[in-house]
Amino acid sequence: MTEKEIKKANGPFRFYTRLNLSELTGLKAFNLDELLERIKEVPESSIYHHTHKFLQQHQYLSPEPPNDFAYWVTSVLGEKELGEDLASIDTVQFDTIDGLRQAFIMAIEGYLKAHPEAKARTSHRSSAFYFIKSLSFILPTGYEANDLAEFCRILENISIDAIYFHIFEARLRIGKKINDFSYWIETSLDNKRLADSIARLDPYTYTLEGLRKAIIQKALKYT
Amino acid sequence: MTKIEEYIPIVGQATIDDLRRIGAKLKGKVVQNINSTSVGGGVAEILNRLVPLLKELEVDARWDVIKGGTQFFEVTKKFHNALHGKEQGIVQQDFDVFMETSQKNIEEMDTYGDIVYVHDPQPIALIDKKKDNKWIWRCHIDISNPDSEVWGFLRNFMIRYDAAVFSSPSFSREMPNRQFLISPSIDPLSDKNKDLPQDVIDAVLAKYGIITDKPIITQISRFDRLKDPLGVISAYKKVKQYVDCQLILAGGGAHDDPEGLEVLEEVREKAKNDADIHVLLLPQDDIAVNALQRASAVIVQKSLKEGFGLTVAEALWKAKPVVASSVGGIPLQIAHKYSGLLCHSVEGAAFFIKQVLNSPGYAKKLGENGREHIMNNFLITRHLRDYILLFLSLYYQDDTIYL
Repeated sequence: MTEKEIKKANGPFRFYTRLNLSELTGLKAFNLDELLERIKEVPESSIYHHTHKFLQQHQYLSPEPPNDFAYWVTSVLGEKELGEDLASIDTVQFDTIDGLRQAFIMAIEGYLKAHPEAKARTSHRSSAFYFIKSLSFILPTGYEANDLAEFCRILENISIDAIYFHIFEARLRIGKKINDFSYWIETSLDNKRLADSIARLDPYTYTLEGLRKAIIQKALKYT
Repeated sequence: MTKIEEYIPIVGQATIDDLRRIGAKLKGKVVQNINSTSVGGGVAEILNRLVPLLKELEVDARWDVIKGGTQFFEVTKKFHNALHGKEQGIVQQDFDVFMETSQKNIEEMDTYGDIVYVHDPQPIALIDKKKDNKWIWRCHIDISNPDSEVWGFLRNFMIRYDAAVFSSPSFSREMPNRQFLISPSIDPLSDKNKDLPQDVIDAVLAKYGIITDKPIITQISRFDRLKDPLGVISAYKKVKQYVDCQLILAGGGAHDDPEGLEVLEEVREKAKNDADIHVLLLPQDDIAVNALQRASAVIVQKSLKEGFGLTVAEALWKAKPVVASSVGGIPLQIAHKYSGLLCHSVEGAAFFIKQVLNSPGYAKKLGENGREHIMNNFLITRHLRDYILLFLSLYYQDDTIYL
């Protein structure tokens, strides 16, 4: 050990991972009215799927990818203005799925009120919007970190699914309101500065590999 | 036989560790796959690879095959075409033949699995044997626009399964049972996809008399109207006005298919005055397909209809820029302008091919993104993961499952 004492955590950080499976709901929409009604009724796991799927499937792309609703409204219905509104809904600002759902509802309702003619736009049969939901399977990886150096070593090698779980899923879907890394660093390592600095990252503007690097880089400064 | 460890250099240790962890959760459960043939056809090809790998992950996967005579398989072929939306003139006798063979299989087959995984329509009536075990029906075909009579007949069996699995959201239907979306996959270690030394590629090109003095545009597909080979030639001719290039149309399987031979003749006729069009009737030769894709500057898949279109994934895995029609499962494989280019017409195909040939930097980026996308979403390891999660999901009702 060097002069600089490595601070041991009060409790270990246990790395979990989550794997997901897509379940078809059988629900679809051909126009904005139907899209709106479905957004109101589908389970939270479906809103989550359509706002996060692109991030997972195209994790090498940056900057912020669109959500499925924005993509469909723009590219299939040709409603570019609404598409832009939906694309600009700032997912990171929401700490519940229901809050996110309400933002989409408000944007579509507002647009339909201002542009009632948009109701007439219908997609081709083959281009309907199909509502899908994500089933999340959460399981321990067996890796535990007792200090920041160990945390960085594990983070470097863990699957991106594990990073995804602790950053996105824990905060929004499990309802913890903060990412797991920041919570542990603040409560178990008593390092509020680092915790805040990680919490301030907008994870939606990074690729998952970019996010891995950014967190490690920040954490290494304190080891 | 490929071992699961051999995938570690491609997908990483963590991915294989995850597979082992979830595989262990199925300990004590027997997963019985049932289909109609052990050789030939896409389903047998997938099961031949997946079943041994599942076993390596400690999933007790087995595979049984139903019995059926010529008449039965003629009827199921008609069902297959009808589900694709082709008029088949199906009569009551066809349903009777189907039920007669199905009844024999119901009597003779032991459905011992804790999970019985039935693939495609041929064995679908086995659901009559369901007890308190779990049953899943896997649909490998495009049923976005099926013949209503055949669909109605099969639906009566399908709704009695615990779950159904489709390859694309557009294939799903409103049904009372659970439905899952699982895409097919490619095997990066198979002859069709593994890395090839340059001398192997050169030998294949020499064998078919192809000189690499001008960029190669390639479509690999059987000679079938739905693959639109004539449309590909039209697109190539438009490109050729601006860029000196050559076209390879390569495919097999036309011998026992009268319509295929007819299409092949039409293709040869349209290509006959252009020495830069190579029409190759390939025997089953995965290394040749691999080499031709690797030698190409751009890969085209201008299908009019497509089940999933795994040739796109194969090309993207080789980091090739792809121009493909926006049909079937192709839009799942290509995010337009990010990981390939989607087209809707001959003109669109020509425009994008030209763009790719004239912009090597852009073409390279499309290919690199495409390979990443396939790596993350369409390799056999993802398929294994989805299958294991599917089996596990049958024992849970919640959307968030703690294992």
